Amino acid sequence: MSSGIEALVNREYAYGFVTDIETDTVPAGLNEGIIRLISAKKNEPEFMLEWRLKAYRRWLTMKEPHWGNVKYPPIDYNSLVYYSAPKSVKPLQSLDEVDPELLRTYQKLGISLNEQKMLAGVAVDAIFDSVSVGTTMREELGKLGIIFCSFGEAVQTHPELIEKYLGTVVPHSDNFFAALNAAVFSDGSFAYVPKGVKCPMELSTYFRINSANTGQFERTLIIADEGASVSYLEGCTAPKRDENQLHAAVVELIALDNATVKYSTVQNWYSGDAEGKGGIYNFVTKRGKCAGVNSKISWTQVETGSAITWKYPSVILQGDNSVGEFYSVAVVNKKQQADTGTKMIHIGKNTRSTIVSKGISAGEGNNSYRGLVRVLPKATGARNYTQCDSMLIGNKCGANTFPYIEVQNNTATLEHEASTSKIGEDQIFYCKQRGVSAEHAVSMIVSGFCREVFKELPMEFAVEAQQLLGITLEGSVG
Amino acid sequence: MIDTATRKGTRDNAAVGKNGADPVNLRAPGSIEAYRADFERQPAAPEWLRSLRAEGMARFEALGFPTKNEDWHFTSVAPIAEQSFRTAMINKAGVSSEGSTAGMVAAADLRRFTFDQPTWHTLVFVNGEFSENLSSYAGLGEKVRVNSLAKAIHSGVGRPERHLGKIAVFDNHAFTALNTAFIRDGAFVELQADAVVDQPIHLIFVAEGQGEAVSHPRNLIVAAQNSRASIIESYICVRDNLYFTNAVTEISLGEGAHIDHYKIQLESEKSFHVGTTQIRQARDSQLHSFSYAVGGSLARTNIYTSLDGDAATCTLNGLYLTDGVQHIDNQTSIEHIAPNCPSHEVYKGVLDGRSHGVFNGKVYVHPEAQKTDGKQSNNNLLLSPSARVDTKPQLEIFADDVKCTHGATVGRLDEVAMFYLNSRGIGRESARTLLTYAFAADVLETIELKPLREQLERLVLARFAGSES
Repeated sequence: MSSGIEALVNREYAYGFVTDIETDTVPAGLNEGIIRLISAKKNEPEFMLEWRLKAYRRWLTMKEPHWGNVKYPPIDYNSLVYYSAPKSVKPLQSLDEVDPELLRTYQKLGISLNEQKMLAGVAVDAIFDSVSVGTTMREELGKLGIIFCSFGEAVQTHPELIEKYLGTVVPHSDNFFAALNAAVFSDGSFAYVPKGVKCPMELSTYFRINSANTGQFERTLIIADEGASVSYLEGCTAPKRDENQLHAAVVELIALDNATVKYSTVQNWYSGDAEGKGGIYNFVTKRGKCAGVNSKISWTQVETGSAITWKYPSVILQGDNSVGEFYSVAVVNKKQQADTGTKMIHIGKNTRSTIVSKGISAGEGNNSYRGLVRVLPKATGARNYTQCDSMLIGNKCGANTFPYIEVQNNTATLEHEASTSKIGEDQIFYCKQRGVSAEHAVSMIVSGFCREVFKELPMEFAVEAQQLLGITLEGSVG
Repeated sequence: MIDTATRKGTRDNAAVGKNGADPVNLRAPGSIEAYRADFERQPAAPEWLRSLRAEGMARFEALGFPTKNEDWHFTSVAPIAEQSFRTAMINKAGVSSEGSTAGMVAAADLRRFTFDQPTWHTLVFVNGEFSENLSSYAGLGEKVRVNSLAKAIHSGVGRPERHLGKIAVFDNHAFTALNTAFIRDGAFVELQADAVVDQPIHLIFVAEGQGEAVSHPRNLIVAAQNSRASIIESYICVRDNLYFTNAVTEISLGEGAHIDHYKIQLESEKSFHVGTTQIRQARDSQLHSFSYAVGGSLARTNIYTSLDGDAATCTLNGLYLTDGVQHIDNQTSIEHIAPNCPSHEVYKGVLDGRSHGVFNGKVYVHPEAQKTDGKQSNNNLLLSPSARVDTKPQLEIFADDVKCTHGATVGRLDEVAMFYLNSRGIGRESARTLLTYAFAADVLETIELKPLREQLERLVLARFAGSES
């Protein structure tokens, strides 16, 4: 590795800062009292409290899973603070009422709400720690009957929708982290697109983790009613911290007959320093259900941050002719670990799924693809195509592939392909010979490697993702 | 071996599924105690073997029967764990005299398994015990020594203790540990430097199939530098009964040694078979392995090789055919320790009835193993709507200058190909046979030993032609 490259690898996290705002937190620890307190603070109806408590009691009986190909010190769940909200939060009428300190934070991240509102045509539901602070473009969406608000608000204004759909895709008992989330989640986003409506703009949320020692437990629920379609963007950056922070979010997507949901993520949380200290634990449960016929759910993710990423955005293909897609780029550098992939559960007839996963390992990172494709006996004519490619940069990193393919129907057709390769010296030489620096050559080659995934991203994200990838990998090849 | 046993699969996790039997108490103390009782009753042995056996027994008791970990994700061993098998050989008042069991198996019974090759060197083991009468292995040459392991242990010839248990480690492999606890007999093949065996060495393991017996054949093949041989292991039965074969073969390949290893598993449809072949390869050595698995109600074949020297190569191919309610599991592992090693692997499965096929292929590349070239593929053909297949081709790579690919497919017979044949006057049944055979023949063609290839091709064709209904 050349020294110029070393310098780039060791570049500090550009978004590492802490915003000093008074926060409203509950005491550290977890018990039924805390859950009641969170529920009361959020002024939730009875059914929500009961659901939380049910989840909590279930969680107590569960064991933290350790089958993932990741290593981390034990988490003390009783030392975490389960609720933190900026003090200034009151029901807000406009962005002007938002704490200027918060707005400055967003500006530092380059996601000025005003700017986005005017220029990008993106309605942004920004989350600062746990409570949503500003929602834009509400009226425009309102005219079409689209509900897009914070989860907490939706519980107040549309409890019937929450009661009907919450936990139908990821039940409170699904897994250890999902149960924990169900018990203590503080806020998140909610979107409902009514029958036959095509959402005219990309819905977007920016997550931030602030406030030391606050586990972030977001819960997102997106419902596309019959014939509706929606595209949702999620992006993340987090300030620098020395202590590991647990993030156990849950995302549920529901697509009814002929509906389409597209969910895109760019994740760039703090990944820890060169020693692997600090950084976010990203243990997320994301799942979509193609409940109706001809429905479609598509996941696209670009994972460059977090000390540990452990997530499997999945699709349950229940409706006949439904389609599931998963496009992923996961990059690990320094001591990052990622165990990510997807699950495609084929239940309905003629269901189709596509998986394209690109893993890039550099530094001392360890990257695993773990994917399950299951065809149940009634899924006549099911079809799956899986491609997972890995690229290794340096010999201290690892790339693993763990595909699980389970077929119980002989009309199914499945293909799985995986390859591992490196950036060839001859490729770099070729570029350098033509006046392209090694740095740019790597960036070009990596962009080409990830192209199939990037082209699935909405425009704004595609640009950001390319840049992120560049920053994460800069200098890792010499 | 690669340590995956610590990575437990749990039921509530996000990516790993919920399949297979309900969790039963696989430690089944009853059956483990039965093994312990038989272990205590084993006849006297040299000190080194006693301690090796004791280590195996202790490890087996500590591990218990495998539960749902990564290595046993799709296969439940409950049927084996729940059954109390009596150990063959031991319950006949300790020591059996030569020929007492062999008397129950006649040379005529074996004819259909010997591939009509009288010139092959044949060693026959009945219930895991060597049968001199049924074997013929004269004229092997000076540089080759073939013996029954029991004799070698007794006489000390070839000092098997130098290798036994060194290649087939059993820290995390319960069945290998169990086999080690009962090491008694099997084949011991020694090839000195530059030895070349022209005719294949055929090891036939006959389950005589009376009573619910378990046998633990243990084979040791030591090939010194630049030696060359073809070795066939056949696992067969003369009666269609319930029994359990738990075999382990250790192979050591010296520099430049070349071994073709064939495992032909034709156990009874009621039986259980767990067989592990573990190989260590030195520099420039070559291994060609072929596994043909059709027998057993629950059968598991493990082929593990480690490429421990520069430019060692291995080819692991296999074919598994299942029908009825059979469950056949194939696990392979290729561990690239040294640089510049190519490895190739093709496994194919044809599954019919309500059977269940499993493939799990692991390629592990150590950080030092630069310039590794690994190719792995697994193709499955589902002939019936209730057949099931689970496949998990797995790559774990820690070196950057490598080329590794794997692929897996699952599908049924191609309707277009079928139509094409029909339109040219070939009936549906014949077309089906033809297409199925063509699928399987693809991998059979990689067998270098011609008589064996032709014989297996005939067997496979007859099977598919007969399965039409």
